[in-house]
Amino acid sequence: MSRVRVLVGTRKGAFVLESDGTRGRWDVSGPHFGGWEIYHLKGSPAEPNRLYVSQGTSWFGQLIQRSNDGGKTWEPVGNRFVYDGVTGTHLWYDGTPHPWEFARVWHLEPSPTDPDTIYAGVEDAALFRSTDGGQTWQELPGLRNHESASSWQPGAGGMCLHTILLDPKERERIFVAISSAGTFRTDDAGKTWRPINRGLRSEQLPNPTAEVGHCVHRIAMHRSRPGVLFMQKHWDVMRSDDAGASWQEVSGNLPSDFGFPIDVHAHEPETIYVVPIKSDSEHYPPEGKLRVYRSRTGGHEWEALTNGLPQRDCYVNVLRDAMAVDALDPCGVYFGTTGGQVYASADAGDRWAPIVRDLPAVLSVEVQSLP
Amino acid sequence: MIRVVLPPHLRKLARVEREVQLDVEGPVTLCSVLDALEARYPMLRGTIRDHVTQRRRSFVRFFACQEDMSHEPPDAPLPDAVATGAEPFLIVGAMSGG
Repeated sequence: MSRVRVLVGTRKGAFVLESDGTRGRWDVSGPHFGGWEIYHLKGSPAEPNRLYVSQGTSWFGQLIQRSNDGGKTWEPVGNRFVYDGVTGTHLWYDGTPHPWEFARVWHLEPSPTDPDTIYAGVEDAALFRSTDGGQTWQELPGLRNHESASSWQPGAGGMCLHTILLDPKERERIFVAISSAGTFRTDDAGKTWRPINRGLRSEQLPNPTAEVGHCVHRIAMHRSRPGVLFMQKHWDVMRSDDAGASWQEVSGNLPSDFGFPIDVHAHEPETIYVVPIKSDSEHYPPEGKLRVYRSRTGGHEWEALTNGLPQRDCYVNVLRDAMAVDALDPCGVYFGTTGGQVYASADAGDRWAPIVRDLPAVLSVEVQSLP
Repeated sequence: MIRVVLPPHLRKLARVEREVQLDVEGPVTLCSVLDALEARYPMLRGTIRDHVTQRRRSFVRFFACQEDMSHEPPDAPLPDAVATGAEPFLIVGAMSGG
């Protein structure tokens, strides 16, 4: 029978939750790295017991930890993230130039084929890569050197590169998303990049349809169909059917189209999930009801999934990296909240139950489906 | 022998007890003590001072002999009591919540 391993990053440590394929009873391990912020941890698809962790605090900076045994033991690896060449400026919150400064690693994306190759999305926004298991990191500077970079501005969480999608078919194609610059694509393994934000509209910008400047919260794809992308923007849920060249809004009947995560069912490329949040200044569910919304039509038509989720007095948030799906059948869906709950559904969202209720605020959730 | 006291997070990271002992060659300065510490415990690189600029991280302070040494020049000699091992050199995480 298959097993599932859920990797949870929180404000005060990492947790590893494991279950068999029934996904009914869970073993909880952690906190690992207690007291440290764990923005993200993720396993290598090529070697599932190889895990990588982004660990940090404002006191002692950034660390990267690696496990070769599924999280039983860890070793610190390289934490030297140095921008390549001269760093210019981007815009600060007040619109004045601000020097590029490394703050933290938001997201780690292991190669699907090589356990020693891994990408890191960092704040201030840039993309790094390691090809030696995390011991050393090199920036792919073409992104940060894009001609628009001096006009990028931070979102509320900082100017972070938070999403990395490696195209499973076009091996040199990578999509990234930056708050608050937008979505970018390379077709030459990171040498050159172009913004892919046509169709986005953000009223917070002087030019609402500008080429860059959009606060993209998350993008997602189904591995079988990497030319189709889904996006949760600051406001608006969007989709692209041409690898990001153009976007259309698919918010449809959502109670709010503000939110952070978006994900795709493991076996149904047109089934997608979002968690509506009331507004950009009220980061909690509308009406105090925690609802995942599912569309089986790739957007436009959405249904509320509420069975097992709190439907009164709930004022948590679900952050952008805190939702994931497993590869079992039926597909499991998981998300974590700023209130410390990790909810799981073993039936594609129809029914939910908490795996854990009282963790520190959850920053990220990833899932591994194991043999 | 130089005695260095690490804050709890860095003790765990380096897998050491409260105090470590280091041999420092040449003058005992902030810089030479940190160089020796990082050479013996490479996982501490970047956690106390920046990899490139070598500047102390903002939320880290250096104390010795009841004095704040955080703003001393990197090559200024540390007190004799630290150099002889009579007093420890303290690396402290700022008292700033979290």
